[in-house]
Amino acid sequence: MNVLQGCLVLSSLLFAIGLTAALARSNAILVLLGIEVMLNAASMNFIAFWRYGPQPEAATGVIFVLFGIAIAAAEAAVGLALVIALYRHQRSIRLQDATRLKG
Amino acid sequence: MNAVLLGLGLFLLACAATALALRNLIRSILLLVGIWFGIAAFYLWAGAEFAAFAQALVYGGAVSMVVLFAVLLTRRSHAETEAPPAPAARVASALLAGGAVAGVLVAAVLRTPLPAAGGPPPFVPVRALGALLLGPHAAALLIVGAVLTIALLGGVVLAAGGRAGAGKENSP
Repeated sequence: MNVLQGCLVLSSLLFAIGLTAALARSNAILVLLGIEVMLNAASMNFIAFWRYGPQPEAATGVIFVLFGIAIAAAEAAVGLALVIALYRHQRSIRLQDATRLKG
Repeated sequence: MNAVLLGLGLFLLACAATALALRNLIRSILLLVGIWFGIAAFYLWAGAEFAAFAQALVYGGAVSMVVLFAVLLTRRSHAETEAPPAPAARVASALLAGGAVAGVLVAAVLRTPLPAAGGPPPFVPVRALGALLLGPHAAALLIVGAVLTIALLGGVVLAAGGRAGAGKENSP
């Protein structure tokens, strides 16, 4: 296993841990954090392919990661605002309790 | 395989698995801050200094604080930072799905012929990144700025929108 494969295996395992958390946990905040871990695992792939790709001078992988970080920050802000709105309506952030579309 | 990558990988996987399995939300978030900084260290190791800086600043600084505030705003007592345990069937099916995805991805990576390790890490100065962002990627940068602004406004509206309704509910 070379270094690039090591990076990709690491990001795959991190992605699987995030996916497992997002599927298994009932708490909305922990589900959101699982999704964040998956996003970071995808960003690690961009950096690994940029580092060991044929044209590292192009810096495309770094640009992709910067845009990904900005989008993930926006997603976290909206997601946590949704969690607070859910708590205001249901008095709970358990996803099993959020069974109504209209609060 | 590189010893630094191996150590970093073990640290990241152990932190992620522990953080997302713990029932105490505050401890989970503190461990997740470790993961964000571990990923920043991975970027540094790969030679992407500016991405590492952005990762530490945005995730380690901003996102973790927002998450901590959300936890503190959505609990009614000290005991409520403990998340209730998920049903066993759901945990088992999630572990099965996660394991299957991990197996497929790792098998695909190991069976694909990928280029071996190259030379030293490439050096991309911040000036070159700025020229790229304001040159060929300027439209994408503007769109990301608009998305961030809309997300900020949406977050404020969502988080503060129910006050009028709450006041009406409490009134006799």
